[in-house]
Amino acid sequence: MTLPITSSIPTGQSGVVVRANTLKRILTNPMGIIAVVILTVMVVVAIFADVIAPFEENFANIAKTLAAPDAVNLLGTDSAGRDTFSRLVFGTRITLLSAILCAAVAIAIGLPAGLIGGYYAGKFDSVANWVTNVLMALPGIIVLLTIRAAFGPSVWVSMIAFGILISPGYFRLTRTAVRSVRNELYVDAARVSGLSDTRIIARHIFSVVRAPIIIQTAMVCGVAISIQSGLEFLGLGDPTTATWGVMLSEGFKNVYLTPTLLLWPGLAIGLAIGALVLLGNAVRDALEDAETIKPVKKSVEAVAVARASKENRKTPAAVLAGTEHHLLRVANLGVGYPQADGSVKKVVDDVSFHVDRGEVLGIVGESGSGKSQTAFSILGLLPDNARIVAGSIQFDGKYTVAPGDDTVVQGRLTPLRGARISYIPQEPMSNLDPAFTIGSQLVAPMVAVLGISKKEAKARALKLLADVGIVTPARTFAAYPHEVSGGMAQRVLIAGAISCEPDLIIADEPTTALDVTVQAEVLDLLRDLQQRLGVGVILVTHNFGVVADLCDRVVVMKNGRLVEEGPVRDILRTPRDPYTITLLSSMLEDKEPMTMLVSRAEGSVSS
Amino acid sequence: MKRLVAGVVVLFAIACLTYALLYFSSANIARNILGEYATQEQLDAKSAELGLDQPLIARFFGWLGQAVTGDLGHSWFTGQSVAGALITRLPVTLALIVSAILVIAIIATLLGMAAAVKRGWIDRVVQTAAVVGDAIPGFVLAIVLVTVLAIQLKLFPATSSISPDSPSSAWTASLTLPVIALVINGVTGAAQQVRSAVIKQLEKDYVRTLRSRGINERVILFKHVLRSAAPAGLTVLSLQFIGMLGGVVIIEQIFALPGMGALAVSSTTLGDIPLVMGVVLYTVVIVIIVNLLVDLANGWLNPKVRVS
Repeated sequence: MTLPITSSIPTGQSGVVVRANTLKRILTNPMGIIAVVILTVMVVVAIFADVIAPFEENFANIAKTLAAPDAVNLLGTDSAGRDTFSRLVFGTRITLLSAILCAAVAIAIGLPAGLIGGYYAGKFDSVANWVTNVLMALPGIIVLLTIRAAFGPSVWVSMIAFGILISPGYFRLTRTAVRSVRNELYVDAARVSGLSDTRIIARHIFSVVRAPIIIQTAMVCGVAISIQSGLEFLGLGDPTTATWGVMLSEGFKNVYLTPTLLLWPGLAIGLAIGALVLLGNAVRDALEDAETIKPVKKSVEAVAVARASKENRKTPAAVLAGTEHHLLRVANLGVGYPQADGSVKKVVDDVSFHVDRGEVLGIVGESGSGKSQTAFSILGLLPDNARIVAGSIQFDGKYTVAPGDDTVVQGRLTPLRGARISYIPQEPMSNLDPAFTIGSQLVAPMVAVLGISKKEAKARALKLLADVGIVTPARTFAAYPHEVSGGMAQRVLIAGAISCEPDLIIADEPTTALDVTVQAEVLDLLRDLQQRLGVGVILVTHNFGVVADLCDRVVVMKNGRLVEEGPVRDILRTPRDPYTITLLSSMLEDKEPMTMLVSRAEGSVSS
Repeated sequence: MKRLVAGVVVLFAIACLTYALLYFSSANIARNILGEYATQEQLDAKSAELGLDQPLIARFFGWLGQAVTGDLGHSWFTGQSVAGALITRLPVTLALIVSAILVIAIIATLLGMAAAVKRGWIDRVVQTAAVVGDAIPGFVLAIVLVTVLAIQLKLFPATSSISPDSPSSAWTASLTLPVIALVINGVTGAAQQVRSAVIKQLEKDYVRTLRSRGINERVILFKHVLRSAAPAGLTVLSLQFIGMLGGVVIIEQIFALPGMGALAVSSTTLGDIPLVMGVVLYTVVIVIIVNLLVDLANGWLNPKVRVS
C-alpha cells in the first residue's frame, strides 16, 4: 500500500523502445524466469480452476471443520468445513481477473489522457493535471471503503474504482514521456512530411511509452492485488466468493486454533505480488542492460599489482634523482577505463611534461584529447572507475602517483589539494553548490586548510573578492550562486582557487563557458594574479589564442597522446607536428590575426 | 499562500465527491439505526431528524456550513461528537505514522548514503532489499509479525486499547510491532531513492570543486551532498506518509489499534455519514499539511526555490 507508484520507473525520456531481444534478456535474468514461471503457473491454475479444484468453492462439510491436511482435503479445511485447496485455486482466478480489470481501467483512462495532455498541452492538460492532483490527494482506502458502503461488497466495483484512483500514475508517466519526445526532430520531420497527429501519436510516440507502461502495469497489478486482499481481509469482501483476502480474513479469525489457514492465502498473495514486482524489475533491467557495464573480475596479476601498490602507499619510492626541483612532473602517464569486455580503454597514453614554479604551461587539444583527464589525475579527482595504467606523477619532489600505482592514492593528495594544488573549473555555475552562499563556500576551505578562524577567513574572503575585480565584495559574499552572473561566478571560483595560496593552479578551460567580452577580462585577471603571486599554472584549453596570451610553454595533445611540446613562441612560429599546424591554421580563420598573438606572447615570455 | 488556496479548493472538491458517493449508501440509514422492527412513522421521523428527507445539495451545504464553523456534527449511531471521536483516535494513528516515517528517514538515509558512497556489497544488499521490500505486501508482513511475535511468542501485546492518557509504556508496547511492520515495508524503497539521489549529487561538478579545495570528504557528504539530495528523500517520505494514511486502516485492524483507520472501517460499514466525512476531512487536511511542510522544507534546502 505504500509502494511508490511512479518514482522508480524510467519515464522513457531517453526513448527506450522494447526490442525483440528484450524478451530474451528477461528470460536469461534469474529474477525474470522466477517471475514468469510463477505467473504462468497462476494463469494456468486460473484458467483450469474447475478441473484442478476437487470441490466447489463453497462446498461445506460441516462435519469436518478446521481439519488438518489429509488425502481428501490436501491443505485441510476452514471453519465452515470448506476445502482450503479448492478455495485457493478459485481465488487465483478472481485475483488475477481483478488485477487485470484494475490495470485495464487505469490504462484506459490514464494512457489516452497522458497522450493528449502531453502532445497538445493546453487547457486539457491543465485540467487533467488538476484532476490528477485531487485524485492523488485522496486517501485511497477510505474512498474504497466509501464505495463499498455505497455499492455493496463487489470485487469488480472496487477494482474499477481503484483503477480510476491509480490512473494518475499512467497519466503522469505517459505525459512526461510524450513531452520529452514531442519536440524531437524526428517527430517534427513526421509532422512536416504531412502525417496526421493521430498517426504520429500512434507510430512515433506510442512506441516511446510502451516500455514504461509495461513496467508500470506489472507494478499496478501487484498493488491492486494487495489492496483488494487488504479490503477483503478487513471483512469487507463478498463472503460468497472465495478470494485470497477472504481466506486470509477467515484464517486470521482462527489464528489461535489453526494458524496454517493464514499461511496458504498469505503465501499465494506474497508470491503473486512478488512475481509481478520481480517481472517489472526484470523488464526494467532488460531495458537498461545495454548501458550497464559488468564489473570485471580482477585477474591474479591485477590483484598482485594492486597488493604491491597497497604496500607502496605507505612508503612511496624516492623520485628520480635530478627531477626534484620541478614543481610538478608527469612521467609516461597512462589513464584508462575498464570496459565491459575486460579490456581497458586508454584515454591518456604515455604523457610526460613538467611545470616549474612560477611557470604557465598550456595543455592544448581538441575535446576528447585527454587533456582534462590528465589534469584530474594531477588533482586526484578522476572518476572512481578510472585507472592509472602506467607512469607516475610527482609534486614538489614526492610521488603522488608512484610507478606501479593503479589509482591515485588519496592519502597523499588530500593534504595537497586546496593547500598547494588548486583548481579552476570550466563551467562556473555548476561548480558552486547552489544551496550555500558564495561567502560560506569561500570561508570553509580557508578554515579547513589554513586553520584560521571564521572571522579571519571572512575578512580574507572579502579581500579576495575585491582582488578578483568584484566591485561589491560584501554583497557577493552574501549572495547565492544563482544570484550572480557567469563571469562573476568564475571570478568567485578563481578567488577560491587562490584563497589558500597554492603553488600550482590547474585551470580547466577557465573561459570556455563565458561570453567573449568576459573571457578577455578573466584572462587578464589570471595573468595578473599569476604574475603577482608567482604560482605555477597549468592552463587546459583548446584555444591557441589563450595559450599565446598567457603561457610560457605548451604541450599539444591528440587522442590521449602528446604530439608536441615546447616554448610557446617556437610552437606558434614553427610547429612541427601536422596536428599542431591544423590547430593553428584553424586559429587563423578566427578573428584575431596571428601577428598580434605572437607579439603578445613574446611580451609575456619576456616579463 | 497560493498553495493554501489550492489546498482549500482540493479539500472542497474531495468533500463534494465523498458526500455524493455517500449519498448512495444512506438509503437504509434510518432502518439501520432503529433496527428491524421500527414502524414506518418512526423511520420517517428519524430520516427527518437526520435531514435525510432534504435533497442532496441542501444536505451538503447544511453540512458544509457547519463544518466551516468547526462543527462536524454528531455520529448518527452513537451520538458522540465527530470531533471528539476523532480527537481520541487521531493521536494513535499519527503516533504510528510519524514514528514509522522518522525511523524510515534515519535508516534509509544511512543505508542509501552508505550504498551510494561505498558501493560494493552494501550497495548490492540495498538494491536487492529494495526489490524484495517492494515484493512483500505490507499487510501480509504485518500478519506474519503479529502471528509469530505477538500470538505465538507473546513478545508483544496482540491487541491494544491505548488512549491519549495511557502511560507511555503502554504506547511503546502497542506501537512497536506496527511501526516495525510499516518500516520494513517502506525503508528499502526510501533507501533506494536516497541512494540514487546521492549518486546523482556525487557526480555533480561542484562536488569535484569542493574536493579540489581541500574540504574533508565527510563534510562534503553530510553538509553538501546530503542537503542537495534531501528534497528527493523528502518527496519519497511524503508519498509514503500519504500511502500510510490509507495503509493504517489495515494495519490498525491487524494489530487491533484504536486509531482513525479502525474508525473509518466501522463508520463506512454502517453508513455513519458525519463520521465518515470527519475522517475524510481530517485525512485530507493531514495530506495537505504534509505537502505544505515538504514544500517549506524544500524551500529552506534550496535557496533557488526560496527566492522565486
